[in-house]
Amino acid sequence: MSNQTPDFQLLTEDQDNYILSLSGEWVQGYEHTPFAELQAQLRQHRPGALTVDGTALASWDSVLMAFLLQCYNLCTSEHIALHTRDLPEGVIKLLDVATAVKPLDQSPEQQSPWWQGLNPVEVMHKITEDITESLDFIGEVSIAFVRLLMGKANTRFTDIRDFCYQAGPNAFGIISLTSVLVGMILAYLGAAQLQQFGAQVYVADLVVIGMLREMGVLMTAIVMAGRTGAAYAAQLGTMQTNEEIDAITTMGISPIEFLVMPRMLALVAVMPLLVIYANLLGIIGGGIVAGGMGISPLQYITQGQDAFAITHIMVGLLKSVVFAILIAIAGCQAGINSGRSSAAVGQAATEAVVTAIVYLIVADAAINILFQQLGI
Amino acid sequence: MQEERKVHIEVRDVTMAYGSFVIQRDLNFNIYEGDIFVIMGGSGCGKSTLLKHMLGLIPPSAGDIAYHGTSFTQASPKQQEAMRQRWGITYQSGGLFSAMTLAENVSLPLQLYTEYSAADIEAIVAYKLSLVGLGGYQSYYPSEISGGMAKRAALARAIALDPEILFFDEPSAGLDPISSRLLDELIIQLKESIGATVVMVTHELPSIFAIANNCVYLDNTTRTMIGYGDPAYLREHSDQAVVRQFLTRSAAAAEEDTA
Repeated sequence: MSNQTPDFQLLTEDQDNYILSLSGEWVQGYEHTPFAELQAQLRQHRPGALTVDGTALASWDSVLMAFLLQCYNLCTSEHIALHTRDLPEGVIKLLDVATAVKPLDQSPEQQSPWWQGLNPVEVMHKITEDITESLDFIGEVSIAFVRLLMGKANTRFTDIRDFCYQAGPNAFGIISLTSVLVGMILAYLGAAQLQQFGAQVYVADLVVIGMLREMGVLMTAIVMAGRTGAAYAAQLGTMQTNEEIDAITTMGISPIEFLVMPRMLALVAVMPLLVIYANLLGIIGGGIVAGGMGISPLQYITQGQDAFAITHIMVGLLKSVVFAILIAIAGCQAGINSGRSSAAVGQAATEAVVTAIVYLIVADAAINILFQQLGI
Repeated sequence: MQEERKVHIEVRDVTMAYGSFVIQRDLNFNIYEGDIFVIMGGSGCGKSTLLKHMLGLIPPSAGDIAYHGTSFTQASPKQQEAMRQRWGITYQSGGLFSAMTLAENVSLPLQLYTEYSAADIEAIVAYKLSLVGLGGYQSYYPSEISGGMAKRAALARAIALDPEILFFDEPSAGLDPISSRLLDELIIQLKESIGATVVMVTHELPSIFAIANNCVYLDNTTRTMIGYGDPAYLREHSDQAVVRQFLTRSAAAAEEDTA
């Protein structure tokens, strides 16, 4: 098999001329001596000219071509004249094609080390940039909203209807499941503590107030951020990739008015309704658990009615509107600023959800502190 | 013509349909080894669909497509996959993976289907990219290069495994005339040196006359093929006015035809 193995030999013809003799099967499946060896030999001898001799070559494929191209590039950079002798016609043709265009002189990209990303100055800079960008976007959305109120905006109401349908009825299933379970969790949590004081009946208060003011709206918002916010980012990101957003802009239509407003208005219209639905189911879920703990439905309802107040509902609904705006802004901003590749669209969807959840938690905390101070 | 030419791809009684809507029926033609074969026809006549049938992306409604006498349509998915490894395909919009660099794009088939060492793969990728004039662009992403370069990069990926057949879907669509001519020349050079059969969908007349030696014309109105042969011959001697009109790019013939 020794004559089969691909091999090369560097032979001296005279002082300045060397011959590179190729032999064996230069095809896939045979191990050949790495090019680095030839490179070392050539650098050592520094010939003025090199002749590639293919007389003993049995067969060849891309392996040989890749080897020869490396050889050619080395000879070019080292100023060695390259000649060929008895190479198959195909090899010469392909080598001609491959060397027709000079390769790009590529200075290797400066890969910054990973800890560079942790530089506090850069991190601060990036955070400030993100915040400025978000504020810019919120500003544009506000302007578009004012124009909409003045009747000047290019917002199509048929779009709003479609988005309402997507965001609302289609979300019923998942909202039902999460809110019943959250109601039950609240009841279990409260019951375990209240039992110690023999005050189980106050579970009803806990569930009603907890659902109306906090959990109903927060859970709905988180589900919607994952569901609708991500969908908005993916839709707008794909539109960016397809140059649809460019087309909208050059038609003289503001993408904010045409694409963002209908999505946001739809979410603002639908979220309060979903929250009311979620509250109702959550309270029922809490009732089921309370029933299991020996509180009769009548007791639960009576106690719950005492805790019920219009203020609590209004707080929840106010939050739902704020959250809807934040989810839509996070989703649409990520989508509109998305890059133009499949990976970028995925990134936009991720960013939409992460940003929306951060917004939600921060806004929720802020609203709670505000209401605490105001005594609402 | 030349009897010694071996049939490479046979298309037999192929009918293409979406549901009950027939696009083309009774397609029968041969593609010979070493041909540069063009599938042409007006917009919406099913050129790209025919290519998808040949690639096995969509099975034809009826008929058979055979490679070297072996039926592809009736082959098992595993056999089809084995046959596909011998093909190189470039898609209309390139089909490069946007999340991967050019080097990763080209090396993917090599890593999947060959046993080359990592160093060999790197060298082969450099060679394939040099073949299409993109030497040194290894670490670029498809979004960072121009449309013409992306088409050539897609070609580099298609020839990574030294294919027997090269399929092109509108290779020069969206390119300027010069880039498109350079791409044509590149296709001819590669075809001659690796000896592959080339099948392409295009309606770029300069390309057709410059490189094709065989073609089929799919007609929109009669819903079947009405021309088959050397495009330069068809342009002068086709008995179908529509084919002559298509190849001479004139509107007059169509009017004559309807008058």
